[in-house]
Amino acid sequence: MPILSDIKAILGGFRITLAHMLRRPVTIQYPEEKRTPYPRYRARIVLTRDPDGGERCVACYLCSAACPVDCISMQAAERKDGRRYAAWFRINFSRCIFCGLCAEACPTLAIQMTPDYEICKRDIMDLVYEKEDLLIDGCGKDDSYNFYRHAGIAVTQPRGEGVEEKPPVDARSLMP
Amino acid sequence: MTASTVDIALFAAKLGMIFFVILTLAAYLVFAERKVLAWIQDRKGPNRVGPLGLLQPLADLIKLLTKEDFCPIAADKWLFYLAPAMAAIPAILTFAVIPFGAPVTIAGRRVPMLVADLNVGLLFFLALSSIAVYGVAIGGWASNSKYSLLGGIRGLAQLISYELSMGLSLVPVVMLARSFSLADIVAAQATIPFVVYQPLAFLIFLISITAECKRIPFDIPEAEGELVAGFHTEYSGMRFGLFFVGEYINIIVLGGLATTFFLGGWHGPFLAPVIWFSLKTLAFAFFFIWMRGTLPRLRYDQLMHLGWKVLTPLALANILVTGWWLALRGDMMPLSR
Ligand code: SF4
Ligand code: SF4
Repeated sequence: MPILSDIKAILGGFRITLAHMLRRPVTIQYPEEKRTPYPRYRARIVLTRDPDGGERCVACYLCSAACPVDCISMQAAERKDGRRYAAWFRINFSRCIFCGLCAEACPTLAIQMTPDYEICKRDIMDLVYEKEDLLIDGCGKDDSYNFYRHAGIAVTQPRGEGVEEKPPVDARSLMP
Repeated sequence: MTASTVDIALFAAKLGMIFFVILTLAAYLVFAERKVLAWIQDRKGPNRVGPLGLLQPLADLIKLLTKEDFCPIAADKWLFYLAPAMAAIPAILTFAVIPFGAPVTIAGRRVPMLVADLNVGLLFFLALSSIAVYGVAIGGWASNSKYSLLGGIRGLAQLISYELSMGLSLVPVVMLARSFSLADIVAAQATIPFVVYQPLAFLIFLISITAECKRIPFDIPEAEGELVAGFHTEYSGMRFGLFFVGEYINIIVLGGLATTFFLGGWHGPFLAPVIWFSLKTLAFAFFFIWMRGTLPRLRYDQLMHLGWKVLTPLALANILVTGWWLALRGDMMPLSR
C-alpha cells in the first residue's frame, strides 16, 4: 500500500524535526562567544623578521605576482651591503581573498598568514595596510630561518660561509 | 447607571480585550514561529532584542511602520490599498463567533464568552473564509505584476480545491450537535469531544485549514521559491505587515475553530475554560509551525488532486457513514443535550 508508506514517511519527517527541536543549537553567538581558529587559519597577513631581527622580505615581487586579485604592491630597493628590501609594501585587504598563495610563493618566508580574522573597518581606506602596519617584530611560523644565511651571496656573511655552503672553488685550479 | 450602559460597557471591554489579545498573540506567533523554525534547524532564533529576544515583535513593528510604502506605478491604486485589509478583516471577524470560555457572571449578568452567538455561526465562518481569499486575488490583480497575478490566481484555484472538503468535513459536526451555533457545538462536546467520533472529519478539516491559511505544505499562492512572494510581492511596509499579520490571525482563528469543532472547545478538567481554549488553540498553532518546518510544498496540481479526488470523496463517504450511524442509533444519541 503506497499510502501507508507515504504516511510513514510524513510521520518520520515530523519525528526528525521534533528531535532537532530538542537538540542543542549549533549557533555560536559571535561577538560574545568566539571560536579559537586553528594555527594555520588564513586571515590577516603579516611581514615577519628573521631571527637576527632583519626584515625577511627581499622585495622579489613573487607574492605580488602570485596574488590572484593583485592586491599586493611594493617598491624594491637595495642597501649598500647588497641586501634587498621593500621601500614600501602595501596590501589592500579590502581586495584580499585570503587564499594564502602569497605566503606559499614567498622564498624567504617573509609574508605569512595569521589567525587574526577580526579586521573589519568603518572606512574602506583603513583596510589598505602599509609596511609599518604589516611588519611585526617576531619570526612568525618559522623561527629559525634566515634567507641570507642560505642564499649563497655575501650579505650577512662572506661568500662560502653560509649554512651548508662549501667555499667557492677557484675555477682555474680545477684542472683534470 | 442603567442596565443597558453596563451591558454596553461589558461588551466594549470584551471587544477591546479580544482585539488586544488577538493582535498581541499574532505578533508573538510570528516570534514563536521564528524561534521554533530556528530550533528545528539547530539554530537559536531571534534573541537580541530584549530579554530572550522577547521584544522582537516590537522591533519588527517599528521596522514595518518606518519602511517606505511602495506602490507600483501601473498598479490599480484603490484595489492595491484595499487588498491587505480585505485579507486581514475577515480573519478577525471570524473570531466573533468562537466561544473561548464558559459564560461568566459579572454584575448580575450572564456574560457569554464570545462576541456573537450567531445561530448560523458555522455558516458565517464558511462565508468569511471565502471572502478572505478576495484579499489575495485582488492584491495579486492590482499589483500589476506577473508574480502577484499568478499568486492571486493560485489563491483562487486553491480556494475551490479545499473549501468544499472543509465545508463537508464540518457536516458531521453539525449532524452530531444538531446546531450551527458554535456555542451549541461546544456544549454538545461537554463529555466527549467530537474528534473521538469523527477522526476522519478532523483530519480532513485539519488539512483543509492548513490550505485555508496558506501555510506550507499549501503555501502555493506565496511559493517564494517560484513566485518571489506570490500575491504580496509588490507590497511593502505596513501593507505587507497587514497581509502577514492577517495570516497569523488566521492561524489563531482556525486553530480556535478546530478546537471548537473537534476538541471540545473550552471544556477540560482542572484548568479554567479560557486556559483550556488557549492551550488547545496554541497547540494547533504549534502544529502548523512544526509542519512548516517539516513538509515540502505541494505543486498546485497535487493540491487539486488531493482536494478533489481524495478529501472531498472521503468527506462525502464520512457524511454518509455518520448519517447511517445516527439513524441506527435513533433517539439514543449520546450527544443530544
Ligand atoms: S592571501 Fe591571496 S589574495 Fe590575499 S594577498 Fe595573498 S595572494 Fe593575494
Ligand atoms: S614578501 Fe616574500 S614573496 Fe613577497 S616580495 Fe617579499 S620576499 Fe618576495
